[in-house]
Amino acid sequence: MAEGAVDAFARRHRYRLLEALPWLAAIAAYIAFPSYLALGAQILATILFALSADLVLGYAGIVTLGHAAFFGTGAYTAGILAAHSWGEPITGLIAGGSAAALIGLLSGLIVLRTTGLTLLMQTLVVATMLAEAANKASFITGGDDGLQGMEVWPIFGRLRFDLFGNTAYFYCLTVLFLCWLAARRIVHSPFGRSLTGIRENVRRMHAIGAPVTQRRLVIYTIAAGFAGISGALIAQTTQFVSLSFLSLERSGTVLIMLIIGGIGRLYGAFIGVPLYMIAQDRFSTIDPVFWYFWIGLMMVLLVVFARGGILGLFERLRR
Amino acid sequence: MSPPALETRGLRKSFGALTVANGIDFRLERGARHALIGPNGAGKTSFVELVTGALRPNAGDILLDGAEVTALPQAPRVKRGLVRTFQITALFRRLSVLENVTLAICERQGVGGGLFRPSGRYRAAIEEAFALIERLGLADDALRPVNTLAYGRQRLTEIAVSLGLAPKVLLLDEPAAGVPSSETGTIIEVIEELPPDIALLIIEHDMDLVFRLARHITVLVQGSVLVEGPPEAIGADPRVRQVYLGERVPA
Repeated sequence: MAEGAVDAFARRHRYRLLEALPWLAAIAAYIAFPSYLALGAQILATILFALSADLVLGYAGIVTLGHAAFFGTGAYTAGILAAHSWGEPITGLIAGGSAAALIGLLSGLIVLRTTGLTLLMQTLVVATMLAEAANKASFITGGDDGLQGMEVWPIFGRLRFDLFGNTAYFYCLTVLFLCWLAARRIVHSPFGRSLTGIRENVRRMHAIGAPVTQRRLVIYTIAAGFAGISGALIAQTTQFVSLSFLSLERSGTVLIMLIIGGIGRLYGAFIGVPLYMIAQDRFSTIDPVFWYFWIGLMMVLLVVFARGGILGLFERLRR
Repeated sequence: MSPPALETRGLRKSFGALTVANGIDFRLERGARHALIGPNGAGKTSFVELVTGALRPNAGDILLDGAEVTALPQAPRVKRGLVRTFQITALFRRLSVLENVTLAICERQGVGGGLFRPSGRYRAAIEEAFALIERLGLADDALRPVNTLAYGRQRLTEIAVSLGLAPKVLLLDEPAAGVPSSETGTIIEVIEELPPDIALLIIEHDMDLVFRLARHITVLVQGSVLVEGPPEAIGADPRVRQVYLGERVPA
């Protein structure tokens, strides 16, 4: 019994078969829907954005309405590079992620001193300030018109971004996979577990001598980096960046997608994002005027019948 | 002579007009079995919060093992062996008992911020946590989330977490509060069997428990030390009786 409990506990981080499902689904989708690869690439990149929000909100319990700040920073960084004759995609991604992580670190130093509603407002303020800065700096960002004239080079100098989105799809899938590996590792590390501790009971975390503020800052910075990579992916694959990348709507939508899937479980993003984006695509085709209503209705039903999102629903059904 | 495990000098704290600590001088000797008692609102829990660093005093000094810690945040005080439990159970409620204790041990070992190795590979920490849980009779519940346990067992988990931090000074804030009397026995036994080198301060209402465990008692009233001494003297002290009967002590 004794060894049993210890062993079971020590084995928690091992990979389970079910975790292959999102990746098999992504490959199946590539084969089944060849004419939707552009949307598919968007979904994959947005999953990374939601995954990054999950690290902040779901694991560390940091409530944010400004996560688009990092997404937009990554997108503009990669976009501006590509528009100014540096279209190499991998370095563009790294630059986007690094710039976003830097913004995360600097803003985190200030906003993470607070909690609750004050924190919520402060994250919102950071994103709004960045959006306004991007608006004013129209000579470099294109301002209201959006950033034009990006030219993204082939990956490794060989794989050209094609019209059908084949390259974009696998590019996004690969980057998402690598970031997921890293995120999964973080979540299962003692650091990741301590974040869960902070979310569950911050007073206790202080009482066991954990440097809570520092831990929160570290995850905020890492998650900002992931959000930046996600923004850079979308900028590179759509060859367009606009002020909406930094908007409150973008920050809010990613939370909605994450909540639909289920927060704090690492896989909520993989369910919520495709569901939301596919529904949005379908509804807006069927009903171009009224589609937001259907999205709203879906949300209401989920909140009423599936608290804890779809993953939460599955967990309850399994018991 | 070695300094006391914990000492406060002229500790003072007020919130506006409300004074919760009015110049408290207090010594907790090494290996002490010391109780802090007093009526509701006497400032017992505030005293714990001040000592651990959750609250900042307006004046006075806090010394841990002879060293000044008044300005230190909570975490470094914990690292120096100053550990508390909470009056109202404060655990990671949805995490298992084993994980609650493992988290504490990882922090003590300084690996709590490790980013790369999976937590399951910190085998030594997990085994130490399990041994501790077993010692407190919680082995069968090791993998259960804390919020599914009976309250008495949650209180034991609370003690297990604090022991995982290898305390030199342990502040037990009403360890048996809210526990049905049938289960208090287990908690008393656990406290009685704590290693003798831990300096223990028990904040308690339950006089049976206090007189069973404590060899020294301090009575706190309205943020000041009213009297201190061995249990027999405290039990016989008329001023203490008056306080507990709800009467004011004439100045």
